[in-house]
Amino acid sequence: MTRNNKAALQFNHVSYSDQDLTIIKNITGVFPDGKITTLVGPSGAGKTTLFRLCNGLISPDSGEIAVNGKDINSYEPTELRRTVGLALQSATMLRGSVLKNLAMPLTLQGEKLPEDEAKRLLEDVSLGEEYLHRNVKDLSGGQRQKVSIARTLVNKPKILLLDEITSSLDRVSKQDIEELITNINKKYHVTIVWITHNLDQALSIGDYTWVMMNGELIESGDSSLLNNPQNDLVKRFVKGEFE
Amino acid sequence: MSILALSLSLIFVLIPIILSKTLNLGLEKDTTIATVRSIIQLLAVGYILTFVFESGNYLYIILMVVLMIGAATQNARKKGASIEGITWKLVGTFIFVEVLTQGILLGFHITPPTAQYIIPISGMVVGNSMVLAILFLNRFTSEIETRQDETELILSLGGTPKQAIHTSLITSIKASMIPTIESQKTIGLVQLPGMMSGQIIAGADPVQAVQFQLLILFLLLTTAAVTSVMLGFMSYPTLFNKKMQQLKRSEIKSD
Repeated sequence: MTRNNKAALQFNHVSYSDQDLTIIKNITGVFPDGKITTLVGPSGAGKTTLFRLCNGLISPDSGEIAVNGKDINSYEPTELRRTVGLALQSATMLRGSVLKNLAMPLTLQGEKLPEDEAKRLLEDVSLGEEYLHRNVKDLSGGQRQKVSIARTLVNKPKILLLDEITSSLDRVSKQDIEELITNINKKYHVTIVWITHNLDQALSIGDYTWVMMNGELIESGDSSLLNNPQNDLVKRFVKGEFE
Repeated sequence: MSILALSLSLIFVLIPIILSKTLNLGLEKDTTIATVRSIIQLLAVGYILTFVFESGNYLYIILMVVLMIGAATQNARKKGASIEGITWKLVGTFIFVEVLTQGILLGFHITPPTAQYIIPISGMVVGNSMVLAILFLNRFTSEIETRQDETELILSLGGTPKQAIHTSLITSIKASMIPTIESQKTIGLVQLPGMMSGQIIAGADPVQAVQFQLLILFLLLTTAAVTSVMLGFMSYPTLFNKKMQQLKRSEIKSD
């Protein structure tokens, strides 16, 4: 495929199926480098599966994916996963303390996370240092999501994939996280791709938008497309006709 | 034991059959089949062992051990159907455990190199190894299912398959070894081991029977540890592909 130098992630006719069910159908498109792209679409559109493809947890059945201009298969799997960070909505935690979870990306590389650094990470996601030694089973859904984001940042990814990470947060926490992600994007030039169900959020924080439905990329472009969609399906989605 | 005494022992089969019939448990047929099978199998083994012991030919000893390993593999493989190549992994584990234990016993002249010692001890080693393999595979396959999110999380953060599966593997190895260790803690207090009881009934000196039983107990500790660890470390790599991804169910090639 022709490499797009301005693309952090580039897809060329990518398809993926599991047990005879086609989840991603012939997707071609880009997530622009250094931008915040929001990924919207009804449930079951294949958004999370697309993220798992980008992080290398699964591979496409056909088509190509390029990460920062390099074929995804040319990366060592561990290098790819540190380059393309993934925070899922489920915010899975390892049994134990918040510190153990935050330190995990470095523990996997045989390194330690200094406690000061861990406190700073918690501060970034609006959690006080008193949470550091708390057991993760005592955290709320929103607090788990915050720890999950902070943990993904430990690897200092070049591309950050966020799967509905603010869905369990209150309004204030939501704003804090939006601010944090915008800062990371501007300050460190980290490309962000953000799955959200909240179209206002997509418009306010996103530079670029993908609308996915039923495994297909229906429309993509500047976030303003959500104000003035061209495609009939997208028009109906924006009106809230799909769950 | 006289034939009459042996025939009278069938009273112990009649009691469960009568209970089953009275309480409508529906176990009469299974109990009868189990009784007939055990009579035929044990009598056959008795005659085979007599033949092997008298012949003194090592080829027959090896053949007996091969049969034991074959039967143990056949029994245990169903529990690990989701692990690619489980049959050969089990065969490899049983052979290794057998060679290791007999190697130590014969190499250090702990037991004499005769069929009377090699075959019964091999039976205990392979049998125990089979139970351990079943316990391990049962726990490991369920751990993989329940910890799938955790495994994926570690992979997604740049961990290797070994790091991702580590907790499931260690938990399963420990869980499968616990029954062996726990039963050894209470041995002699709650129950007298079958082999030791058999020797005492046959007229052996109880202290000598205990010494031999201790040897078997220690042997089974090694069997338990080696079986679980070896099977575990041979099994986990087949759950991932070269791209360090968890295999989809459709990608797993069962035996």
